[in-house]
Amino acid sequence: MSFIIRFINNFIDNFSDKFYQNIIAENRWQLIIKGLLITLEVTFFAVLLGIVIGFVVAIIRSTYETTVKPNLLFKIINFISKVYLTVIRGTPVIIQLLIVYFVIFASVDINKVVAAVIAFGINSGAYVAEIVRSGIMSVDKGQFEAGRSLGLNYFQTMITIVLPQALKNILPALGNEFIVLLKETSVSGYIALMDLTKAADTIRSRTYEAFFPLLTAAFIYLILVMILSAGVTRLERWLRKSDRR
Amino acid sequence: MIVVKNLHKKFNSEIEVLRGVDQHIRPGEKVVIVGPSGSGKSTFLRCLNLLEQPTQGEIWFDGQLINAKNVDIDKVRARMGMVFQHFNLFSHKTVIQNITLAPIKLKLQSPEEAKENALQLLRRVGLEDKADAYPSQISGGQKQRIAIVRSLAMNPKVMLFDEPTSALDPEMVGEVLDVMKELADSGMTMVVVTHEMGFAREIATRVLFMDDGKILEEAPPKEFFSNPENPRLKEFLSKIL
Ligand SMILES: Nc1ncnc2c1ncn2[C@@H]1O[C@H](COP(=O)(O)OP(=O)(O)OP(=O)(O)O)[C@@H](O)[C@H]1O
Ligand SMILES: [Mg+2]
Repeated sequence: MSFIIRFINNFIDNFSDKFYQNIIAENRWQLIIKGLLITLEVTFFAVLLGIVIGFVVAIIRSTYETTVKPNLLFKIINFISKVYLTVIRGTPVIIQLLIVYFVIFASVDINKVVAAVIAFGINSGAYVAEIVRSGIMSVDKGQFEAGRSLGLNYFQTMITIVLPQALKNILPALGNEFIVLLKETSVSGYIALMDLTKAADTIRSRTYEAFFPLLTAAFIYLILVMILSAGVTRLERWLRKSDRR
Repeated sequence: MIVVKNLHKKFNSEIEVLRGVDQHIRPGEKVVIVGPSGSGKSTFLRCLNLLEQPTQGEIWFDGQLINAKNVDIDKVRARMGMVFQHFNLFSHKTVIQNITLAPIKLKLQSPEEAKENALQLLRRVGLEDKADAYPSQISGGQKQRIAIVRSLAMNPKVMLFDEPTSALDPEMVGEVLDVMKELADSGMTMVVVTHEMGFAREIATRVLFMDDGKILEEAPPKEFFSNPENPRLKEFLSKIL
């Protein structure tokens, strides 16, 4: 019995000691907070960029599929979109990040956050494009034809009739894509961007203590993902309700 | 009003769905098209407002060749109403929004005008109380009456109907046909694909029999039903009457 109590006492002493060393000392928690903010910043703006790219590419792709005789310019644009999707989805995101930072912006002194936003945004755009495309295809063709038969042009029909319904169908999938993106930004350390993961790893290398900093980072990611997942679940429930209306 | 000359339509496959259709639809006419399944009735109707692109032939509407290059097809379609078998109401919009969307978007009416106009049309079909309902909240018959009203809100010169009652429960067919009859009485030019022979008899000025991508017979309803000449039409009528 006393052995167990001693063990627990020891553990708690040890625990608070380690906690102090890894989180409190030298204001290391500030490093974590700053890293967290950078992670959120990169994720947020990459999501925005990904949405813009994704919608544009999806509209190009599905418009192309329904065009009977596309002209040369349109063929080229569609081809570029296809290459974009293939290359981005066929290569690791880390490589893409490194290429953006060390190759494309090699000669310019680009802010690392901006480089990360561009890399992750371009990456996410490819996945968003496929999600949006499936959403567009999930809308009954009759909706599109009804719009056109009333005299709306292609883009008016797309924007006022097809996309709102498509968006509703894909909101949960988009939400999940952003959860994936949040976790993927953890490789930002490869371009020495001090995000949450890199911050935790930096503390590890200073204190020679892996457990605390890494578990703290993992815990924060987990909380963020759980919040986002709860949001997606609520969204799904709300969408189902509005379907029954 | 609509003149069709030597209309051919081929889809990706090599089979011709329309194999030379000539038609002249005059203002105020009610043309009913009947024929077996797969004979090309829908395709013909959809060629009239270019939802399908003809592979050969000419379609004239209001003196304009509409399947030519640099025709603003959206302007043409705005003057041609179309009613679909499956209604195709915009499911994310309320009834009144369904009706006012196109007139407002195309700047044909101000939002207030469009709303006033829509309410008046809804009153005409007895569905004023459904103005703020969503399509999923109303019956099939009500949906189709609203789809008709949605087309009418554009003040079309001609209305195309593709089997407007085929997807309805039997007890709802009547209410939709009543709206169409009223519309016919008001002088609207109509082209109707349907299996409702009673409607054809009562309303049509001319009935067309389509089979295998061609119009094999056309006549006023009396003659059409009592004195069919083409053997295929005789067979068709004996099956459905
Ligand atoms: N988009 C399309 N692509 C390829 N084939 C098509 C397409 N639309 C119709 N067809 C074919 O064209 C033929 C005629 O079809 P259509 O829908 O015009 O017939 P219909 O007379 O309206 O028949 P129903 O009474 O069943 O509605 C059918 O064999 C059909 O399979
Ligand atoms: Mg048909």
